[in-house]
Amino acid sequence: MVHEALIGLVFLPLLGACLAVLPGRFGTRLAIVVGLASLPFLLLPVTLSVLREGAWFYTLGGWSAPLGIRLYVDPLALLMLWMVALIGGLAAAHAWHDFRPGTAAGERFWPLWLLLTAAMNGLFLSADLFNLYVCLELVTLAAIPLIAMAGSATAVRAAMRYLLLALLASLAYLLGVALLYNSSGTLDLYLLPDALATAPAPVTAFALALIGTGLLLKGAVFPLHVWLPQAHASAPGPVSAVLSALVVKTAIYLLYRVGLWSLPAGLLADGAMLLFAVLGAGALIYGGVLALLQDRLKLVIAYSTVAQLGYLLLALPLASLAAWQALTYQMLSHGLAKAAMFLAAANILHAIGSDRLSDLERLDQRTPLSLFALAVAGVSIMGLPPSGGFLAKWLLLEAAWRGGQWGLLSVLILGSLLAAAYVFRVLAAALRREDPSEAEDAEGISAIGRRQATYAMLLALLALVTGFAAAPILELMATGIPPTWGAA
Amino acid sequence: MNTTALIYLLTAAAVFGIGVHGLLQARQVLRQLLAINLMGGAIFLLLITLGGGAVGPPDPVPQAMVLTGIVIAVSATAFALALLLRLQDATGTSELDPNDGA
Repeated sequence: MVHEALIGLVFLPLLGACLAVLPGRFGTRLAIVVGLASLPFLLLPVTLSVLREGAWFYTLGGWSAPLGIRLYVDPLALLMLWMVALIGGLAAAHAWHDFRPGTAAGERFWPLWLLLTAAMNGLFLSADLFNLYVCLELVTLAAIPLIAMAGSATAVRAAMRYLLLALLASLAYLLGVALLYNSSGTLDLYLLPDALATAPAPVTAFALALIGTGLLLKGAVFPLHVWLPQAHASAPGPVSAVLSALVVKTAIYLLYRVGLWSLPAGLLADGAMLLFAVLGAGALIYGGVLALLQDRLKLVIAYSTVAQLGYLLLALPLASLAAWQALTYQMLSHGLAKAAMFLAAANILHAIGSDRLSDLERLDQRTPLSLFALAVAGVSIMGLPPSGGFLAKWLLLEAAWRGGQWGLLSVLILGSLLAAAYVFRVLAAALRREDPSEAEDAEGISAIGRRQATYAMLLALLALVTGFAAAPILELMATGIPPTWGAA
Repeated sequence: MNTTALIYLLTAAAVFGIGVHGLLQARQVLRQLLAINLMGGAIFLLLITLGGGAVGPPDPVPQAMVLTGIVIAVSATAFALALLLRLQDATGTSELDPNDGA
């Protein structure tokens, strides 16, 4: 039963992608039910089984590990799968109104959306380096046309640049995997630690450097982030939400998997961990400063993603339980808050026809609910209590304090100050009154607009709720601590 | 390692180098795409050579990987070409200005 549910997580969205190609409204609606609405119901039994028995493997088709491809589900994978189901689900509900099934736009949109969902689920479950390569490529090839769908010259140019860099990143990853396979004789992530123990060290180091570079490029980690801001800012709203909340995290997730699970303990030198921390700190500060300098709302949010991804690397040298809980919680709370912000920004753009900060005055009257969602999500991004973002950053601070990492501590505080500055700058622009005499003309918002604002609000509320209801999630994450950190 | 394998490996390295050179030199997206394809071809050659097996039968896993890799490379290239046409329609040029955006 639970095995079928696990396979369904990949198979049903894929089936949906095929169904969505059928002409007419019916095929697309069926596809959305089969491929997206089913995900929480499939995840429920899988989650229960992990809670009861811990992480487990599934051997596809009964072919065991060295030859076959295994699936692996553990707390980290579960977290990512739930994020795909919930954030992806709410973003899809938002997209429903802009890309209605049966319209030409809808016919192009939904097959790609479902394919993207299937590829991400496959990526989070796969335990095989080459299978992960295939999933990574599928994610890229499904995400980029969704960006180009916005149609503007900026969007197409951003999509093209993203594609070229993503192809280059995949090649680096593939070359690394080829070398790793040659020296270790296995592609299975969880058999690699033993196999690599006897492999020649220089080849392994070179292969890991290639894999790491490829993943950092796909994950838009500073200074390899150049493709991200334009691509995320010019995509259609729900696509931006999923790109920032989920798609860039696929590469970071894979970085964790390779770096923390599939290497023998002690192989990754402290120097490599330090490099990650330096990149993370650079991202946090550079992204924060640039977010402060942008004059368009969606670009502010996109640069904020560059900054927030920094947290996900910053804590790697700490290698403690608190650091692990902080990292995973940052994954979750940033995903929720950032998706809420992009959906809200899309609503604002839709309602007033511009997302320039100078045009945002009196938003509290023109698009009150979307602005409120933006503000609540902003609270989580800044790391103010009570929110998921606060908890993640608090855990990080605590871990840095205990580890005596004063440099890290000061970067964390600086990052939060920058985040506060760029969020408040947006809010100040939105609450401005330019001409007191026209303060009364509350513009009518359509029923669709109101519903789309609700989806943004729901995500923002979830980002807030994760600040209260954290204990069960944090406990589950503690059981999924990477083996190389487990002793700490 | 025997001489045949060495020749293949050196060829792969040379093709990869040409690809890198092309990628750094080219301004047109089409040329950049060709360069990336060359680099991909070099990696496939490397994979096949390394899996060749000096003694005994060749390892089937790299062959399967290359086969899948070629399929992905072809579809990625096809998509990139379609996107390039769209780029030309939208901007009237087939080059990416390094100074815009970012």
